[in-house]
Amino acid sequence: MTPQNLLYAKTHEWVKIESDPAGGKIAVVGITAFALELLTDLVYVALPEVGRKVEAGQSFGEIESVKAVSDLNSPVTGEVVAVNADLPGKLESLPKDPYGKGWFIKVKIADESTIAQLLDAAAYDKQCSEEHG
Amino acid sequence: MTTNFDQIGKTPLFDWHVAHGGRMIDFTGWAMPIQYASIIEEHNATRSGVGMTDVSHMGRLRFEGPGAAVFLAELLTRRVADMALGQVRYSLVTNDKGGVLDDVLVGYYHNELGQPFYLMVVNASNCDKIVAWVQRHLSPERANRPGQEIVFSDVSNLWAMFAIQGPRAMDLLQPFVDADLQNMKYYRGDTVRLLHPAAKRQGGIISRTGYTGEDGFELSLGMGICVGIWEALMEYGESLGIMATGLGARDTLRLEAGMPLYGHELTEEIDPFQAGLGFACHLSGYDFPGRDALLKIEKQPPMLSRVGLEMLSRRVARQDCAIFSGGQRVGTVTSGTFSPTLQKPIAMGYVSPNHAAPGTTLQIDIRGSLEPSRVVPLPFYNRNKKGK
Repeated sequence: MTPQNLLYAKTHEWVKIESDPAGGKIAVVGITAFALELLTDLVYVALPEVGRKVEAGQSFGEIESVKAVSDLNSPVTGEVVAVNADLPGKLESLPKDPYGKGWFIKVKIADESTIAQLLDAAAYDKQCSEEHG
Repeated sequence: MTTNFDQIGKTPLFDWHVAHGGRMIDFTGWAMPIQYASIIEEHNATRSGVGMTDVSHMGRLRFEGPGAAVFLAELLTRRVADMALGQVRYSLVTNDKGGVLDDVLVGYYHNELGQPFYLMVVNASNCDKIVAWVQRHLSPERANRPGQEIVFSDVSNLWAMFAIQGPRAMDLLQPFVDADLQNMKYYRGDTVRLLHPAAKRQGGIISRTGYTGEDGFELSLGMGICVGIWEALMEYGESLGIMATGLGARDTLRLEAGMPLYGHELTEEIDPFQAGLGFACHLSGYDFPGRDALLKIEKQPPMLSRVGLEMLSRRVARQDCAIFSGGQRVGTVTSGTFSPTLQKPIAMGYVSPNHAAPGTTLQIDIRGSLEPSRVVPLPFYNRNKKGK
């Protein structure tokens, strides 16, 4: 099930918007169960360093399956403030909890207008069913 | 994103693949499953039990008549005119310049009436090209020479074919056929009777051949009965750990086994010696297209050699990645994947011969970053040297 409380990029990343105690907003970013189902057989993930500037729609890393390598695209514009360092060594368990322990990066959002471009769960599900057809 | 499968070829198992979760892709004009669930699980099932792949998309060309043996000997790089009934040989088809048009298996079998024929299995991607190549060399005059008649037929759309591969392949297949598979040697085959009721008394052709590096068989059988036999094999194979395997696992299996794939390690620009397939070229017998060119090429030092590469980082090199040594471009990757058996990325490619020795360290440009790799002997995986 696609969580209702998250936002989604067309490129299959999910975003959880949290408020930053220091002010502003933080985006927690991962990839969706649908994307993992398509990828299968994950073998490698490359994540950015903390401090890296990312832009909405631009690559922040890559994920590799037996079949192919795919870009990970940032759903928002901002700066990476945290990276899930456990992820690369535990890729096989990523599909078990893609929306929880399977987060990839946290981004301090610099431009909140980029959030408006994201899809809600219903719109994302619709896109997936069209793609799957 | 979505593919219109109405416009491309379908094997008789298309509906079965879809019903069992097969992810269908357009593979050179054929709707084929890349995988059912996990490529790695399908791969491992083939290495430890048995995997079964629908390879009905492959081209099957049949040659019979008293002139067939010499005709094929004058078309293929490998001697075939001396084959005994039941023998299978790997061969190449080359153009006049010695470039590879296709790699093929040729089997010499007899039909139910005892009449011999040659069956040539060609890559699906090359089938039209090879049919045209055969027709170009088989003029009506040649086909009808008195006493040396040749009958050529493309039976690709009449026969299905299954690749049944893995250490339990024989256990799976033996109850279904009247031939003694234990005593069928590697690269041998036979016309067999299919014993299962779903075969409706039809026969098939079995060869002890494959594309996985495991023991195994390839079974050709009529389109009309193939779904019933496939389902019966899947059911019987359950206790043997059978999995239906898609083209994804077929690729990782053949890569570990160091086997070339047309369009990757083999092209019209590659000659057999660069590819390490000199064993498949008999240059002293019959004259075939490309023989004169290959006689010259054989005497020259090769420009490139096919090598195996293992990555020293976690990233996977893919086709067309550039290979460097000390900042200098020395070659190109032709295939790469993550090896489920070795648990590391592996690749094949062509490099200049002075960088081809096992142990040589090379750098591969993977999406802009130079990743370390090492030349290793092929194959990556040898079933007879397990646990070394």
